[in-house]
Amino acid sequence: MSRLLPLPVVVPLLGAALTLLLATRPRVQRAVSVLCLTVTFTVAVVLLVQAYRHGPVVLAIGGWPPPVGIVLVADQLAALMLVVSSAVTLCVLLYSIGQGRSETSESAPVVIFHPTYLVLTAGVTNAFLAGDLFNLFVGFEILLAASFVLITLGGTETRIRTGSTYVVVSILSSMIFLAAVGLVYAATGTLNLAQLAQRLDDLPDNVRLALQLMLLLAFAIKAAVFPLSAWLPDSYPTAPAPVTAVFAGLLTKVGVYAIIRTETLLFPGGQVDGLLMVVAGLTMVVGILGAVAQSDMKRLFSFTLVSHIGYMIFGVALSTAAGLAGAIFYVVHHITIQTTLFLVAGLVEERAGSTDLRRLGGLARMAPLLGVLFFVPAMNLAGVPPFSGFLGKLGLLQAGVAAGGALPATLVAAGTLTSLLTLYVASRVWNIAFWRAPRIAATEPAVRLPTLMVGATVALVAFGLTLTVLAGPLFDVTADAATDLLSRTPYVRAVLPGGTP
Amino acid sequence: MTASDAGPTMVLVLAVAVLVGCGVILLLERSLTRILLGVILLGNGVNLLILLGGRSGGAPVVGTGPVDEMSDPLPQAMVLTAIVITFGFTAFLLAVAYRSWYLTGDDEVPDDLEDRQIIRRAGRNEAGAVDHGGEGPNGDPEQVDPEPARRRLRRGRGDGPR
Repeated sequence: MSRLLPLPVVVPLLGAALTLLLATRPRVQRAVSVLCLTVTFTVAVVLLVQAYRHGPVVLAIGGWPPPVGIVLVADQLAALMLVVSSAVTLCVLLYSIGQGRSETSESAPVVIFHPTYLVLTAGVTNAFLAGDLFNLFVGFEILLAASFVLITLGGTETRIRTGSTYVVVSILSSMIFLAAVGLVYAATGTLNLAQLAQRLDDLPDNVRLALQLMLLLAFAIKAAVFPLSAWLPDSYPTAPAPVTAVFAGLLTKVGVYAIIRTETLLFPGGQVDGLLMVVAGLTMVVGILGAVAQSDMKRLFSFTLVSHIGYMIFGVALSTAAGLAGAIFYVVHHITIQTTLFLVAGLVEERAGSTDLRRLGGLARMAPLLGVLFFVPAMNLAGVPPFSGFLGKLGLLQAGVAAGGALPATLVAAGTLTSLLTLYVASRVWNIAFWRAPRIAATEPAVRLPTLMVGATVALVAFGLTLTVLAGPLFDVTADAATDLLSRTPYVRAVLPGGTP
Repeated sequence: MTASDAGPTMVLVLAVAVLVGCGVILLLERSLTRILLGVILLGNGVNLLILLGGRSGGAPVVGTGPVDEMSDPLPQAMVLTAIVITFGFTAFLLAVAYRSWYLTGDDEVPDDLEDRQIIRRAGRNEAGAVDHGGEGPNGDPEQVDPEPARRRLRRGRGDGPR
C-alpha cells in the first residue's frame, strides 16, 4: 500500500513533462492532464482510507531508512488534505478546459497552462506528503515556481504589476523558511520531522521559541495571516479565473497545513498560542472589513479568503483536540467553498463581461442557474445553517467556549462578528449583482456559457453540499486526525518504528 | 563532533550578516532591478548560513579518512538544491523586470490600484459609492411597476446557462 505514496507527486510531474511534449496537440494534452489528476485523486482516496483504518502510511524513498533518507508520510491530516486538494484541482482543470473552448474568452489558457498546472499540483501534494522539513521546503518551491508562471500568464501589464508583488513576497517568505530550515538543522542535526519532534524538545526554551517564530513567520506569509496578508488581495484577482480559484483554494491552505504540522508535531505546548489568537482575531476582523469596502467580486472574495484564514489559525491556537478538529474541518470546507466562489466569479465575468459590482445587475433573472451557483456557496461561506460553513464555525466556536478564558472568548465574539459581516458581504453581492435591475454591462448580447465550465462549478457546489451531508463522518475523521496530531506518537512511531536512533 | 565545538568562523558569520543585511535593504527599494539584486544577496547569505549549520572537516568521501573528521555532507546537499532554486527564482524575477520595462518603460513597482483610489478619494474627501448606484425604490423601476418584471422573467429564461 505504501508503494502508492509517491504517485500523487510523481504522476503530475510526469504528466507535466508529457503535456509539455504534447504542446502542439491540445486534445491529447487535455486528456493527459485530466487522466493524471484523476489518478492522483483516486490514489488520495485510497491513502485516506488506509490512513484512517491502519494509521499513517510511510514510505522511505529509495529504501534509505528514515533519519537519513527522505520519507513521505500520509497520516490522516495529510491524506485528507490530499483528497480535497486533488478533487478541487481536478474540477478547476475541467473548468479551465471549458473556458479554453469558449469562443468569447479573452483570457483563454495558453499552451504552457497544462504543464504548469500539473507542476503546481505536484508541489502541493509534495508539501502535504513531506515527512522532512527540507522536502516541505522543496514542495513549497515547486508550487511557488509554478504559481509565478500562472499568475503572470500572458504577461499583460496588470498581471506583471500584480505578479511582481506576489513574486517578491513569495521569494522573501521562501528565504525566511530556508534560513529557518538551516537554523533548525544547525540546532538539532536533523530535518526529519519525526526525529525533530524528539530533538526539539531537548533544546533550550528560547532557542526553540526563536526557531518556532521563524518558521511561523514564513508560513504565515504564505497563509496570508493578517499583518502579512496585504499581498494577497493585490495579486490574486488579476490572474485568469481558474488560476485565481486554485490559488485561493490551495496555496494559502498549504501554509495553514504547514502551520498545523509544525505547531502540533514540532512545537507542542502552545508557547505562542496567545500570539496566534491575537493575529487570528485581527485576520478575521480586518480581512472582512476589507471585503465590506470592495466593489469588485474577485477582490471582495480575496478579502473573505484572508478573513476566513483567521478561523483556522484560531482552531490551531486553541491547541485542544476540539479546536484542531474544527480547524481541519474548516480547512477542508474553505478550500472547496472559496474555490467555488472564484469559479462563479469567473462565470459571471464570462457571462456579463465584468466582475465589477458597479457594472453588474440582474444576473439572477438572466442566468438563474448562475444565481443558484453563487447563492449556495456564498451562504455556505457566511455560515448559514445547515451548510458546512455553519458546522465548521460552530465546531470552532464551541471549542473556543470550552477552552474558557478571556482571549478565547474575545475570539469567539470576533468569529461571530466575522460570520455576520460575511453574510452582509455575501448578501450585498447578491443584491447588487444578481437581484437589482440589469445594468449596462449585463445587457450585452447573451453569451452561452460553456457546458464544461458550468458542469465543473456544479460539481464543486455539489462537493460542498456533500461536505455538509457527510459532516458527521468527516468530523469523525478530523477529530481522529486531531487526536493523533496532539498525541504525536502515531506519527513518530510510524516513521521511526525502531525508536530514536 | 570535535570540530563543531568551535562553531563556524567569525568571518563567515559576518559574511552572512552583511549579505543578508544588504539584501534586505535592497529589497526595500521600488525598482525591480534593485529588488532582484537584493534577492540574489539575500539568497546567497541564506545559503551560506545553511552551510555553516553543518560540521566542518575533510571531504565526506568514504575511505579518505576517519569518519569523525569528515565534514557534514547534508547541508552541502541541501545548499545545492537551494542554490538551484534561488537561481531559478532570480531568472524569473529578471524576466518579470524585463517584461515590466518592456511594457511600461520602467521597472518600478507602482502603488497598487486600491491605494491610488483611496488617495484620490481622500483628496476629494468622498466616500465609496458602490452600493448607491441605482439603488432605492426610485432607482429600480420594477419596484414601482411590477409588470415589466414578469415579462423580463419569461424572456430571460431562455438564455440562462443551461
